[in-house]
Amino acid sequence: MKPRLKRGVRLTYDHTRDLQVLLYPEGVLVPNPTATAILQLCDGDTTVDEITLALSNQYDGVQAQQVVDVLTRLADRQVVEWS
Amino acid sequence: MTEAPLGLTAELTHRCPLHCPYCSNPLELLQRDQELTTQQWKEILTQARELGVLQVHFSGGEPLGRPDLPELIEHTADLGAYVNLVTSGLGLTEQRLNTLVDKGLAHIQLSVQAADAERANKIAGTRAHHHKLVAAELIKRTGLPLSVNVVLHRANHDQLEGIIALAEQMGADRLELANTQYYGWALRNRDQLMPTKEQLAAAQPVVRAAIDRLKGRMQVIYVVADYYEEYPKPCMYGWGARQLTIAPDGTVLPCPAASAIETLNLDNATTKSLQEIWYGSESFNAYRGEDWMSDTCRSCDRRGIDFGGCRCQAFLLTGDGAATDPVCRKSPDRELVDLILRTPVKPAEFKPAEFEMRR
Repeated sequence: MKPRLKRGVRLTYDHTRDLQVLLYPEGVLVPNPTATAILQLCDGDTTVDEITLALSNQYDGVQAQQVVDVLTRLADRQVVEWS
Repeated sequence: MTEAPLGLTAELTHRCPLHCPYCSNPLELLQRDQELTTQQWKEILTQARELGVLQVHFSGGEPLGRPDLPELIEHTADLGAYVNLVTSGLGLTEQRLNTLVDKGLAHIQLSVQAADAERANKIAGTRAHHHKLVAAELIKRTGLPLSVNVVLHRANHDQLEGIIALAEQMGADRLELANTQYYGWALRNRDQLMPTKEQLAAAQPVVRAAIDRLKGRMQVIYVVADYYEEYPKPCMYGWGARQLTIAPDGTVLPCPAASAIETLNLDNATTKSLQEIWYGSESFNAYRGEDWMSDTCRSCDRRGIDFGGCRCQAFLLTGDGAATDPVCRKSPDRELVDLILRTPVKPAEFKPAEFEMRR
């Protein structure tokens, strides 16, 4: 399972608000730092296990299920898909 | 507290090759010589991004009617905003499209009038349908996400299934099925456009089935016919809360229909900064918060859900922009809406002679 951003979805830095924002057709999401870290690895090449491992270097006690939960929520919002 | 705006609709022109009788542009269409220059638009777009705008919707009229569209898209994309094009598809050649994508266009919303060419061309008042099929194919080839926008009314509600099938064939990522909102030309033609109760009831299971069946492939959004609802729509998520619209001559509007509110003192982006207008103007502050609300709204526990409904609709139906949206069943003016719904309707057949087509 390799997540990636859906077509037309962009993760970018908003200098006005000093925040990471996710821009997509007809919408703006402000992901929290964890979701941002996950989204930055949604490239269609990195697996959930690899994302979990990468996050473990930044945060304590990261579990694959937590990463899957975040990705499922993002998929429901139509911004992430599985490849 | 007023927060920074998220979205800007840039109505580059009122000129349009289509003549849809439900057009949301005002009845008094602005002419080419009243439109802002390229430089004026660039300055406004820069200000908008500084103010916090993250999504820019280039709309009209037909925005492709502006030869400087690629330049404006490039400018906006370079500012870091997400660029959306709302188009009829007429005039969208492969070469033009590729230029727009190169300049940073991120998403296209393509309007469709009906399921088949005969009906669609009648509604558009011109031979437009085949151009849309070609445009959809070109857009898909670029890899950009495609939204298909359909305005629903009495003369196309019977084609709902066909319209959904067409959007699927076009490979749309999103399908917006929006019942007509009655402003501008649509208000003028309301008697002919208003769907019947039966049509709306028939649409429900069709929409629900499509949402389920197409989940993950095509997002289906259905905007209800608010006259038939018990409570008003949460219009713009509150006045001056998230969005602003700039008309072709630089007039800054809290919502695309706001020029309908004749009592509103509107500002122009060529004479005042967007920052001043967004935070400080009379027009943007007119219906912010709750102080302006009627007792009906102020004492209602839905006021945080629908913000009293649509200000433009309140003004157009009652003459008072601060009235409770008359769609609301708690509104003392609900009878106005019921009276309109009780007006007997003619059969659901589209006869252009019965409409006042947009010029």
